[in-house]
Amino acid sequence: MTGTLLSIRGLTKAYPGVVANDDVSFEIGEGEVHALLGENGAGKSTLVKMIYGLVKPDQGEMVLNGTVYTPSEPQEARARGVAMVFQHFSLFDALNVAENVALGMAEPPKTRELAERIRTVSEQYGLPLDPWRLVGDLSAGERQRVEIVRCLLQDPKLLIMDEPTSVLTPQEVEILFATLRKLKSEGTSILYISHKLEEIRALCDEATILRLGRKVATCTPREVTAAQMAELMVGAELHRPEREPSVPGAVRLALNGLSVASPGQFGTSLKNITLEVRAGEVLGLAGVAGNGQDELLAALSGEIRAKPAMVVLDGVEIGAKGPAERRRAGLLTGPEERLGHAAAPDMSLTENALLTGAEREGLMANGFLKWGKAREFAAKIIERFDVRTPGTETAARALSGGNLQKFVIGREVLQRPEVLVVNQPTWGVDAAAAATIRQALLDLAAGGAAVVVISQDLDELMEVSDNFGALNEGRLSQIRPAKGLSMEEIGLMMGGAHGMEVAHV
Amino acid sequence: MLRLEKRPQPSKTLSYVTPVLAVLITMVAGGALFAALGKDPVVAIRTIFWDPLFGQFAFYYLPQLLVKAGPLILIAIGLSLGFRAGIWNIGAEGQYILGAIFGAGVALACYPLEAWWIFPLMVIAGAFGGFLWAMIPAILKVRFGTNEILVSLMLVYVAEQLLASMSIGLMKNPDGYGFPGSRNLQQYPSAHNAELIPDTGLHWGVVAAIVVAILAYILLNRHILGFQIRLTGEAPRAARFAGVKPPRLVLVCMGTAGALAGMAGMFEVAGPAGQISAGFNTGYGFTAIIVAFLGRLHPFGIVLAGLLMALTYIGGEAAQSALQLPGAAIQVFQGMLLFFLLAVDLLTNYRIRLTKRETA
Repeated sequence: MTGTLLSIRGLTKAYPGVVANDDVSFEIGEGEVHALLGENGAGKSTLVKMIYGLVKPDQGEMVLNGTVYTPSEPQEARARGVAMVFQHFSLFDALNVAENVALGMAEPPKTRELAERIRTVSEQYGLPLDPWRLVGDLSAGERQRVEIVRCLLQDPKLLIMDEPTSVLTPQEVEILFATLRKLKSEGTSILYISHKLEEIRALCDEATILRLGRKVATCTPREVTAAQMAELMVGAELHRPEREPSVPGAVRLALNGLSVASPGQFGTSLKNITLEVRAGEVLGLAGVAGNGQDELLAALSGEIRAKPAMVVLDGVEIGAKGPAERRRAGLLTGPEERLGHAAAPDMSLTENALLTGAEREGLMANGFLKWGKAREFAAKIIERFDVRTPGTETAARALSGGNLQKFVIGREVLQRPEVLVVNQPTWGVDAAAAATIRQALLDLAAGGAAVVVISQDLDELMEVSDNFGALNEGRLSQIRPAKGLSMEEIGLMMGGAHGMEVAHV
Repeated sequence: MLRLEKRPQPSKTLSYVTPVLAVLITMVAGGALFAALGKDPVVAIRTIFWDPLFGQFAFYYLPQLLVKAGPLILIAIGLSLGFRAGIWNIGAEGQYILGAIFGAGVALACYPLEAWWIFPLMVIAGAFGGFLWAMIPAILKVRFGTNEILVSLMLVYVAEQLLASMSIGLMKNPDGYGFPGSRNLQQYPSAHNAELIPDTGLHWGVVAAIVVAILAYILLNRHILGFQIRLTGEAPRAARFAGVKPPRLVLVCMGTAGALAGMAGMFEVAGPAGQISAGFNTGYGFTAIIVAFLGRLHPFGIVLAGLLMALTYIGGEAAQSALQLPGAAIQVFQGMLLFFLLAVDLLTNYRIRLTKRETA
């Protein structure tokens, strides 16, 4: 580390009603891996958007390589040597790797030439990539490689990575880290955004911790414990969900060789999934995004129909039944996408409470709706799950992601399901609310229901699950007791490195 | 610089204000159009909007208002159900024609028998005719995924050919000295959809329109089916998650729209029009699309919008004869109304912000 690459001085950005960043200052040295740590909503995204020229700060300045740096658009940032890998990829499924990379360039070279460069750069950094493959056929980890290689082609001085490991198996994370360490050894600085503390301890030299838009601390991750960092991040000690150990009861939900085609062209078909969930049990299903999670939820909610015997609830074959009939039978689900799937964005919370609760909660009689009761039900969800909203008549889209998540999970939990299946139940939710949701899932199981939690957050799964399995390319791994599983084993269940080869760096 | 910003919640007030705003902008732009055609814009607008209601000949125009508004409201309410769910039935004109043919068919088959049950049977037959015609695009959509916009629209032209064929063939008046057109149902008491109160324009079709508006309101606001219709339009994926069966909804919405359009056609042929003839249909089925949107797809809004649209029809005709305005100019004027409505509609969900250009 020879000097300072980027120094950030007093950056402030306010949006109507919320200060996203308040007087944030820190420095990134040359060849330093710097972690930016904070909960959802702590202001990490806004900060990096300012560095990448997507958002203009209200106050403060940045100095890059000794000169003032005020990017007004990403192109300017890239010209100054700042590149970014986003959490959500901006790739076109129907184009091949080289074409996708060319789309992001101002003056792309000939495809053949570009393909050659992609191949060279990707192998040089240990991320082998075939430039001619269709992006739609790539795994999430390989897609991320495309995004990284796209950045490396610009020869960046500073590489920003936003939650890069959320789509990777533990083995794939190791490959990525090797690449990042090589980049670092060549003098490239990396700004690494994450909330996964162990990763940060393994990779980063320095860490800046944000809470509610302010910088609350800086630390050297190797010298502190993960628990210390967590407390700095949350600002309080975390409440860990508790549960009484229970004896598993009768089988409530059974899947017998569940195989269905994905409705989408680039979706993942489910292949021969067999599992059992007993009363009082929480089954955690891990998997990298896009390995069949959405399809599995849809096959359980009834949005995708299967053969009758493939889905059995309390001994009754319901595989061919639709969502309304399954709900009636006690199988409730909570999809990952809140807006537009679990809830109708422009409808009020009362109407959204009706959306799945109409029948089970007796909110209608002979098809006629009882708005008074629906409002009461919505109010009950709001109260019990501490949903922050002006009232029951607020439109769903006016709620923050975390609050809407509490509402949609609460809506299912309060209907006393026999079996509850949720996908990414705490995605984008702050730590306190996540703890509330997890506790509600555990209480439900303690009350004799069977719960299936599909999640990409391994920490969450280890916290709530009795048994653990992983989805990989639409197949389910063997299901094992969650207690005592090592990260290594979990990684292998998730598909290991997905056959991605590691080049010899 | 002007910038559009999405509102956190759709504005309730503006959703009521925008139709009025659209009417005002249409008056201004229409006035400019009439001025460009060399007519005094103030006189033209007054002739269209004021004279039919409060002018010297209002006694003649006012009953016409109900006669025109009745079918428009009836058809538009049917269409609005589908539009709310994202089902685009553009072929109400064809369903309207088929309703007239079926209704008149019953009457002509019974002629000259006089009985109380003939008229109710005609209503049922008319609704059934429109229903059948709407089922063609509906079933094709559900079975084969065809586009209901195209199929329903094309079927309008088929229906027009069928109508022309009926008027010179199967339904031609045997006592009509060879002229095209069926018997005049106005002269057949059991089939005549007469005015319920003389000189008001109030016939059974108008009564049906009001009853249907009330029923539609109850359906949309108090019944699970109406909730599912709204849900499907606002968030199709959430609707499937909730358990709505999209094919069933397509059949229900298209079928209802067809039946109501068919009923409107039957009331028209048995009343104001009187007979099946090649020129029977005058575009109510298309104008009803404007009425549906002008009324914000809300049953009571549609009642008001239907009356307003009827006014532009009647006023437009008056302007044609009094000011020699070309008929096409009136149609452009009506089109403007939909155009401006959709344009200002944006304001319910977005607000306009004046921003200084951010300096780099």
